[in-house]
Amino acid sequence: MDMKVKTFIYMIKEGFKGLWRNRMMGMASVGSIASVLMILGIVFMIILNVNGLAETAKGQFDSIQVYLEKDLTESQMDNIGNIIKRIDGIDYVDFLSKEQALENMKKSWGENGYLLEGLEKNPLPNSYVIKLKDISDADAVVSRIKGLQGLEEIKYYKDVVEKLLNITNFIRIAGVIIIGILIFISMFVVGNTIKLTVIARSKEINIMKYVGATNWFIRWPFLVEGMLLGLLGSLIALGIVGLGYKRIFDLVTQKLYVMIAAYMIPASVVMGNLAIIFIVLGMGIGALGSIFSMRKFLKV
Amino acid sequence: MINFFNITKQYAKGAVALSNINVKIEKGDFAFIVGSSGAGKSTFIKLLLKEIEPTNGKITIAGLDITNLSTRKIPYLRRKIGVVFQDFRLLPNKTVYENIAFAMEIIGAKPKEIRRQVPTILAMVGLSGKAKMYPHELSGGEQQRVAIARAIVNSPDVLIADEPTGNLDPDTAWEIMKLMKQINRRGTTIVMATHAKEIVDMMQQRVIAIEGGKIVRDDKKGVYGYES
Repeated sequence: MDMKVKTFIYMIKEGFKGLWRNRMMGMASVGSIASVLMILGIVFMIILNVNGLAETAKGQFDSIQVYLEKDLTESQMDNIGNIIKRIDGIDYVDFLSKEQALENMKKSWGENGYLLEGLEKNPLPNSYVIKLKDISDADAVVSRIKGLQGLEEIKYYKDVVEKLLNITNFIRIAGVIIIGILIFISMFVVGNTIKLTVIARSKEINIMKYVGATNWFIRWPFLVEGMLLGLLGSLIALGIVGLGYKRIFDLVTQKLYVMIAAYMIPASVVMGNLAIIFIVLGMGIGALGSIFSMRKFLKV
Repeated sequence: MINFFNITKQYAKGAVALSNINVKIEKGDFAFIVGSSGAGKSTFIKLLLKEIEPTNGKITIAGLDITNLSTRKIPYLRRKIGVVFQDFRLLPNKTVYENIAFAMEIIGAKPKEIRRQVPTILAMVGLSGKAKMYPHELSGGEQQRVAIARAIVNSPDVLIADEPTGNLDPDTAWEIMKLMKQINRRGTTIVMATHAKEIVDMMQQRVIAIEGGKIVRDDKKGVYGYES
């Protein structure tokens, strides 16, 4: 057998041995990693969905609607449109005729759209719909438009969008902080588990150092042990979060909340990413925990 | 083979363990380092293994300046040096054979080489019949033989022994010394720290005496020289 292969097998075997030797502490570590990842998964799902919701909402609310007075001539309307187009910070301007506006309303009312059929006269005004490059310019743009002649009303939802963005940002930051603290704690727990194996084998490590083993030769079995702990933890967390999310998604979709379900990200879309994140993070926590815990034992 | 140039070692607490010493040990030498406890013998050995750094001066081993050796390269230095300790330091859960094979596995020796080399070394130290035994089933002298076998199995240039007979009765100690001499005859340089007066006197080898951090005597065919 090739030596590299033999060494590799030795590392894996020693890693499993260490795992079995400290199975009680090992379970604590796996549990710790699993719970961290579970919380991470929940926070991650919330962030993803809130983001999705925020994006959708932003798309609907980041426009300024300028309603025009009823008795304007074509050229007067064009004139207003041209002035608006020249204002800084505007992405594009669409003219929405009152006929089109009524058509849109019918569509959005869906089954109840027939109610609008009975109208004798279209009650809706002509309007311009302004898309901004950045929602934070809304006030400036509105103040420029306000002075124009022939406007009935200007409507925009800057406050709503900003509040929504603030909430999403808060959730994101809080999530990252919570996850960071939990990762640190679980690294500490894993480190302590590995340290037990290291102490049990400190004599062996000492001898290895004197015979000329490299630090990485000594480290690998412990790294394998740490990464196995992480892998187990991440699989458990993945199972629980995955099944849990799917259940909630099905519940929301099947029951009454069709409106919310439209904004919810389906489980199948996120599961792949979640699996990668969990496994990488879990094994990373395990590996780092073991490296930190054995630093001082390698100094001979 | 081993050169100490103006070596001074001062510990952080201020104690000067070695003060400006110069030593040259040639290839194939058998050198005793003698002196009372705390004279600086251990410091001498630890400097050779690069367990500690000198405060001043330069050390070379086999032409390699080890004073400026990076931490990453220390394992490769130690592969040129075999070490034997007073307390044997064998792995209790491994057999005699496995203890020796372990030293070869660590440096990535081929399994075929291991299967050939370990029995050869076992025969040389006179333990062929005990390959499958565990350290606790052996006498102190036999355990030290295993330790010596492990130290020389990778054919190091230098064998360093720190009080190798310290835990052994005089007869057993003498057997160990015969083995050391035999290894030396095969060309391995030996540096042995000890305060076993009888052994030093009978071996008639080079004696480097350290006292108070200084070399007080360096005789080609020396004796211990004073009551220890």
